[in-house]
Amino acid sequence: MHSRTVTWSLLSALLLLALPWLLPQVMPAGQAQFWIANILGRAIVFGIIAMSLTFLATYGGFISLAQMMVAGVAGYTLAVFAEGAVPRIVGGLGYGAAIPLGLLAATAMGLLVGAISMRTRDIYLLMITLALAMGVFRFIETNIAWFNGYEGIRNVVGPSVLGMDFRNTFVFYHVALGTAALLYIGIIYLVRTPFGLVLQGIRDNPRRVAALGYSVALHRTAAFGVAGFIAGCGGVLSTIYNIGISPGTIGLGGTVNVLIMSVIGGLGHPIGAFIGSLIFTVFDTFAATIYDRDRFNTLIGLVFLAIVLVSPDGAIGIGVRLRRLLAASRR
Amino acid sequence: MDVRITRRATLLGGASLAAGALAAPSIAQNAPIRLGGLTTLEGPFATGGQDAYRCVQMELERVNHTVGGRRIEFVRESSNAQADVALARARKLIEQDNVDIILGPLSGAEGIALRDYSRTLTGKTIVNGSSGASDTTLRNPSPNFFRFSTDGTQWMAGLGKHVHQTMGIREVAVTAGDYAFPYAQVFGFNLEFCRLGGRTTHYWAPLGTTDFTSQIAQINRSNAGAVVVVHGGTDGLAFMTQYAQAGGSKPLIGGSIMADQTMLSARGPHRRVMVDMISGGPIADVIDDPTWNDFVARYRRRWANEGGFTSPSIHAVNYATNLYGILHALKAVNGDLSSNQQPFQHALAAAEITAPTGAAVKLDHNRQAISDIFLNKIEERGSTAQVVAFGRTRAVNQTLGLPEQQFLTLGSPSRDNTGCIAS
Repeated sequence: MHSRTVTWSLLSALLLLALPWLLPQVMPAGQAQFWIANILGRAIVFGIIAMSLTFLATYGGFISLAQMMVAGVAGYTLAVFAEGAVPRIVGGLGYGAAIPLGLLAATAMGLLVGAISMRTRDIYLLMITLALAMGVFRFIETNIAWFNGYEGIRNVVGPSVLGMDFRNTFVFYHVALGTAALLYIGIIYLVRTPFGLVLQGIRDNPRRVAALGYSVALHRTAAFGVAGFIAGCGGVLSTIYNIGISPGTIGLGGTVNVLIMSVIGGLGHPIGAFIGSLIFTVFDTFAATIYDRDRFNTLIGLVFLAIVLVSPDGAIGIGVRLRRLLAASRR
Repeated sequence: MDVRITRRATLLGGASLAAGALAAPSIAQNAPIRLGGLTTLEGPFATGGQDAYRCVQMELERVNHTVGGRRIEFVRESSNAQADVALARARKLIEQDNVDIILGPLSGAEGIALRDYSRTLTGKTIVNGSSGASDTTLRNPSPNFFRFSTDGTQWMAGLGKHVHQTMGIREVAVTAGDYAFPYAQVFGFNLEFCRLGGRTTHYWAPLGTTDFTSQIAQINRSNAGAVVVVHGGTDGLAFMTQYAQAGGSKPLIGGSIMADQTMLSARGPHRRVMVDMISGGPIADVIDDPTWNDFVARYRRRWANEGGFTSPSIHAVNYATNLYGILHALKAVNGDLSSNQQPFQHALAAAEITAPTGAAVKLDHNRQAISDIFLNKIEERGSTAQVVAFGRTRAVNQTLGLPEQQFLTLGSPSRDNTGCIAS
């Protein structure tokens, strides 16, 4: 069973790696490029941000609405310090220094969110993280000196990787895919370490974990820090993908979108985040083509409603159900 | 591991084949010109976005969707006034829907995002819809981005001069929203007013302010001869209502989005103080110009029964103006978009058109409109208040007549850089 999972994972990883060469075989080159950069690439980037939420929810039982904001902190830090961004706020740093700085800021913000929401749970945790997200959003939107207010910071074009331009579709796609894979493997590894086990213990029964002598508060905060780092990776990538960042990215819409991705993908496993973000991106992009352009949000809403109604544990839940059904019929 | 063809695998395979088939075939050489529309059908500017599409549709119907012997296919997309959403939609239009030209977007931050995106494109052109941030074309302009509509700073042209010279007012109180668009408008007003020797005191309030009473108390006690109000939407309504209730009697000067039917049609005490308010902008309800009268008449005929306003909105007129630029250039090159659209872009840059308002439009070297700006006054006509143009400043450029280098060294408008430079 275990080796089969590994084989499947390897196969799908190979398939994803080869997609930039496979897709042009089945569709015109221009369209293949669109699918790679703006459907798959975008889905992977948002999947990373959604995965930070899925990680907290699956293994810690914390639903945080602050993850898009944390991603935005990384993006804004990058935009403020990176050379060439318009307008120049601080500037002067190459991407090699600005990106780690962004990740550091996101991790710090994750820790801060964790520390502030340390004693809350369930609906109260949801509310306090939402309040933090909206507070930072409003602050950034109205602050001109550091964040250029409503218009945001533009022209964050990204570094060149091994001599290749980041704006190249293939380079961007593979960097995003590689980052996602590393983070995914990292999470799978982390939840099997003592830290991850304690985290799952906290999810199931925080009082018992405390009685065993573990510091629940410290583990919670650390988990938010890890999630902050993951969200930061997504934030850096999305800022480069969008050639900049403006407050709208981290507003209520963005915050809720990340939650929707996680929920429709399924909160049972980190892979759900990517499945959810792929479904979301496809419908977000094509709903207006499929359905009336003035009312396409209705279609998006109906699809998401249908997924959550049919399978409360999201798309991966549907997969599990189907497998069970097929196994039963085969018997 | 043995490979079995399960029902699931078959389903998956079928689904992926279907997905492949969905992808449209590539476009043949003599196909229609594909024009992508991008505006906001969701979010705070949804009504303006809908009206923009009304005018675009009306003008395309007028030319029978044909120009230079080629058919025009109009592909509509919608954003929600957020930069990243606009960017995602623009990418879809260009890369998936294969459009040749994008007409849009509607709001400032979106415009800057699309300007940056247009720089990464070859053989595609983005023509602005109604976005009005000056930096879109002033700083780091993109060779593939054209704007036949004027920006927020240009819209105030002639107003400072009118207040100083005609009204004879030497000191004003400026109350404005604390964000980019009001900064640009205040900058435009001050540039003229302060150059003539006028003095201004600024009162800033963040977007979404509902209580202006302390500001109004200060303004009423001050020596200011007039109040310049540059708020938008509900903020503007709140200020005007409270100003009327506080018995404010100083003459009012309004920003371009203050003298708007959304404000004038709302009931309340603000209407009393708003009559006779002077403002500047690219359009008015009543302009004594046959082109405008014809445009308004056609608009009313076409849309009266389908949700149209009594007079086309500012966004609709901006979209129509930019569409005129596209149609003019397409006609000039006979619908030829070959050679990476080079001939077409040259024709765009050289286009001289007449906007729906009757204003002459041409582009500067940054591909930004030089056009006429109207001085407007709100008049009570019958039972309704209307914005009536009584003056017109011709050929206003983006730097309001200052040499570009000098204008650029002034820096971007902000609350600390209000354009109040005496010279």
